[in-house]
Amino acid sequence: MKIRTRLGPYFYILPALIIVLVFRTLPILSSFTASFTDYDIGGFHGFVGFANYARMLSDARFWQSVLNTVFFVLGVVPAGLLIPLFLAMLLRRKLAGKSFYRTIYFLPVVTSAVAISVVWTWLYNPEAGPINQIITALGGEPLLWLREPRGIFEMMLSPLGIHPKGILAGPSLALVSLMLVSIWKSTGYNTVLFLAGLENIDESYYEAARLDGAGAWGTFRHITWPLLSPTTYYVLIMSTIVSFKTFALVYVMTPPPGGGPLGTTNVMVFYLFQKAFDRFDIGYASAISVFLFLILLSLTIVQRRIAGKRVYYS
Amino acid sequence: MISMNPKTAALSLTKHFFLILGGILMLLPFLWMVNTSLQGGGLSNYVEAWTKVPFGRYFLNTLFVTLLTVAGVLITASLAAYSFATMKYRGRNFLFLLFLSTMMVPQPVYLAPSYVILAKLGWINTYMALIIPWTTNVFSIFLFRQHFKTIPKTLYEAAILDGCGRLKYLWKVVLPLSKPVIVTVILFNIIGSWNSFMWPLVVTHSENLRVLQVGLSYFNQEQSSNFELLMAASTFSTIPLVILFLFVQKRIVASYTRSGIKD
Repeated sequence: MKIRTRLGPYFYILPALIIVLVFRTLPILSSFTASFTDYDIGGFHGFVGFANYARMLSDARFWQSVLNTVFFVLGVVPAGLLIPLFLAMLLRRKLAGKSFYRTIYFLPVVTSAVAISVVWTWLYNPEAGPINQIITALGGEPLLWLREPRGIFEMMLSPLGIHPKGILAGPSLALVSLMLVSIWKSTGYNTVLFLAGLENIDESYYEAARLDGAGAWGTFRHITWPLLSPTTYYVLIMSTIVSFKTFALVYVMTPPPGGGPLGTTNVMVFYLFQKAFDRFDIGYASAISVFLFLILLSLTIVQRRIAGKRVYYS
Repeated sequence: MISMNPKTAALSLTKHFFLILGGILMLLPFLWMVNTSLQGGGLSNYVEAWTKVPFGRYFLNTLFVTLLTVAGVLITASLAAYSFATMKYRGRNFLFLLFLSTMMVPQPVYLAPSYVILAKLGWINTYMALIIPWTTNVFSIFLFRQHFKTIPKTLYEAAILDGCGRLKYLWKVVLPLSKPVIVTVILFNIIGSWNSFMWPLVVTHSENLRVLQVGLSYFNQEQSSNFELLMAASTFSTIPLVILFLFVQKRIVASYTRSGIKD
């Protein structure tokens, strides 16, 4: 009886613990150790120190994937904050059709990334896709969308005779097309989060502002924005992590091999996936994983540092 | 409707203008999808897509995996959360932190070693690989724990005096008091499991183990220029979750929000 009560709690936790240890903790720790080994399709070939990391530093395709990921995050995260914040501001307060709007905005969130990617591949199709048809009907030039390797700044500036090269050419139109889908898919989710955040703000603050004669902008600037900051901070971190993890969109819309035209949609997760499962280069893929993890970790810490000073917890 | 002053009316009109514009942008891809799926052959596109590759099999696989995953999560997560929330034992806080820490690491980071572990277990290309690793979910444990902590201890003491065992108390008292959380956990895991792609893509190879998302992705590669069929397949792959969503949308939206606002 005594033993039963002493061991009791562990029986409750055991099923979950086994799964977590074997399928979360163990592979997480292994990816750190594997990054220091030569591990491929033939199995384990011994420890190699930092060789995988050294290889990473001189791998142009890897750095391209880092740059593409940075472009992707810088494009998706701000838009994924501002558009939903704007929509949530419109949707707060009593409004006819509020739940109808919410349903529509939320549809892309529950739809699978694969199905969405298949649909958007068709929408973007250069020959017969609806987007180019509309552009042509309006008298514009059809675009290559997912097959366009040229950077968007290059495309915008070249008619003016300016030809930016390298990073200055910007993300390829193919990558921008993926960003648009990603923004489209996450808008509803972030809107709902902001809406909940807005509804948590006590109405008395607004009454006080009204009595003080504050205008709409002043009210937003001095009440809504600071009191909403925990939500904003959460959305910021979540969408950063989600953007870094993007895989299904890239994989389905710009399928392997390659990662898009001239590798311009090759993002980090796609690259490590290819290394791990096409080449079965587990050691090298693990080094990329660790690098990805360290970036995410440091971003979270930096965001927390910055936000820690500014986020207002009521 | 109460009469509005012109300024309020203009403001709400402007709001609706932007919201409708946004709504059209959200809906248009879905409308195009359905529209294209009906071009040429009409509904026969659906029959052709359905029979060209074994989509029926993919559906059943997805359903099977989703059901067992959700059942597994409910059992393991509620048990673990119950011990975290109500029992005192050595290592409890450490274990809870260990669980939470795994949430910090995104799945792609440990995908390759997971594959190696599954290979060592001989589970590659089996239903085991699709189901077992996902029969617990740390976030669900967290949700359950937060809720279980709110149930008053006096209830437990009274039940024990009545000769109720710990497991019986969980089953008879705690879980019936936790229906909203249970629904949240179920919905979350249904959506997660139904839409999961990277994992099943990696851990299965044979066609008869394909889940819907993987099947659709292969179909997309094989039929890349057959847009009517692709849109038909996308439509019927999307419909089950959209219907589920329309039925319980309030709850789903609340679940997603809960995930965001709680801590």
